[in-house]
Amino acid sequence: MTTPTVTARGAAPTAGVPAATRPRHRRPLAQWGFVAPAVLFMLLFFGYPLVRNVVMSFQHYTPKTFFTGEAPLNGFDNWSAVFRDALFGKALWHTLVFTAGSLLGQFCAGLALAVFFTRRFPLNGVLRSLILLPWLVPMVVSGIVWRRILDQDTGVLNSFLDVIGLDGHTPWLTSPHMALLSVILVNIWIGIPFNMVILYGGLQEVPRELYEAAALDGASGWRTFRSVTLPTLRPVITVVLVLGFMSTVKILDLILALTDGGPADATQTLGTLTYQNSFVRLDFGAGAVVGNVLILISAVFAVFYLRANRTEGK
Amino acid sequence: MAAENVKPRARQRRWGSTVAGLLVLAVMLFPLYWMLDTALQPEAGLLEVDPVPHRLDLSGFSKALDDQGGHLLTSLLVSLGAVVICLAIAAPAAYGLARFRLRGTRTIVFGTLITQMVPGIVIANALYTSYVDLGLVNSYFGLMLADASLGIPFSIVLMRSFMQSIPGEVIEAAEMDGAGRLRTFVRVVLPMSRNSLITSGLFAFLFSWSDFMFALTLNTTDDVKPVTLGIYQYIGAHVGDWGSVMAASVLSAVPAAILLVLAQKYIAAGITGGSVK
Repeated sequence: MTTPTVTARGAAPTAGVPAATRPRHRRPLAQWGFVAPAVLFMLLFFGYPLVRNVVMSFQHYTPKTFFTGEAPLNGFDNWSAVFRDALFGKALWHTLVFTAGSLLGQFCAGLALAVFFTRRFPLNGVLRSLILLPWLVPMVVSGIVWRRILDQDTGVLNSFLDVIGLDGHTPWLTSPHMALLSVILVNIWIGIPFNMVILYGGLQEVPRELYEAAALDGASGWRTFRSVTLPTLRPVITVVLVLGFMSTVKILDLILALTDGGPADATQTLGTLTYQNSFVRLDFGAGAVVGNVLILISAVFAVFYLRANRTEGK
Repeated sequence: MAAENVKPRARQRRWGSTVAGLLVLAVMLFPLYWMLDTALQPEAGLLEVDPVPHRLDLSGFSKALDDQGGHLLTSLLVSLGAVVICLAIAAPAAYGLARFRLRGTRTIVFGTLITQMVPGIVIANALYTSYVDLGLVNSYFGLMLADASLGIPFSIVLMRSFMQSIPGEVIEAAEMDGAGRLRTFVRVVLPMSRNSLITSGLFAFLFSWSDFMFALTLNTTDDVKPVTLGIYQYIGAHVGDWGSVMAASVLSAVPAAILLVLAQKYIAAGITGGSVK
């Protein structure tokens, strides 16, 4: 698999050792010693929770469970209770809108910036790395900062809108109609740097000759972008979108910091619903149900990702 | 004469791009500027904040340090612990997966990819019940372990692809000299992989430092409270006191800023290298 990245480039040619030069005495047991701790760790911290969540979704958890240790099996009770709750449908819908909106915004803005930074100009490198800062700040902190900025009465965004003569009383986070949009906008802001860096890396890998050939053919800038840049960039685009999907669909920190899922559940997503079921209402069975749905959605996309990876590579 | 004209105009256009780039940067960094600006005007409270701090009022910072200083230390301790656990587990595994032809290598590498797709809240959901049984709730070690899980798959992928590029002859030469596997790994492979170790460590640190979810879910008391959780609870309790909330936010963003300035190239390498594949 050759994926156009810094590390993959260096890795490909020397991967593996010619059979003849391999040491003759192979001691698999000692070799496993290197790998075993990581395998054990991943089984405990990723494998086990996956299985445990499935089991938990068929168990009856109450606040008392943690004292008595009793969580009797209750069949599909949790499942039917969650699915009957109108909040689940809402949360599912919000999750999809949030994910689609965030990805669209992050990707388009990130791509535009990546293309912009392929120009040569003074301070290019410095600006490009400083733009990463929003992505490196803890997400919950970004959320709290934006909560202040978006405040209806005293936030700077509304003050600014007032100054330029627009409606400066938008209830960004306090109106059920606006809140989801606002949360999406903030998440776009957070995701732009990541998209930009990866797409910029991909653009660096587009062979110069292709551009020269397009220029010789008299292709316009937009035409070149569409028929040369985008197709060559496709594997990177897949990667950036799938990774973006994975990190967006499970969103929790940002929403808790901005709205706590409100107002009137307008920003409740599958991530926040899992959290609220389990850690606020202490109904871990219901939390596990929503969590399983979240995993299922991620798994579907994981399949897409792996298939894309397989066909693009080699 | 024509040639003389072209040069300054081209240069002008290049500086034009710089100006455009500065504008983009200004928009992107504005919220962070506003965080600092608000932090320096603690007396504004719930009122509107001036675009520029009129005087240097550090009382918000001193209050934030009083309230959150301990949580910052907790974050530092937990993150450093998570980095140690992460590298101790991921580095040997990366080497083993890069170099030894173990049966199951493909499956394990595939597994590391899959783990990156498991939502954290799902892990927390199951982990909490086990942590209760194991007595790891409200413990530093428990949180370090959970936070290490954020960096381990990433680090394995990143270091493995680097270690694959170490020439086999170098390793064989060391083994020829009678060095055992472990010695070769510690004396030869690790020093050669220095850059990827640093990148992995930096990201493990940032992941852990930014963690909010494990801090929120695996702690039920105030014993182990990282700064992300501290700030989150702060806004609940200090609604009118945005100055110190923002000052605490600024302090929590400091490591990211320092690392970005000091370790730019590692950060850039990590984002491109670790995220793909």
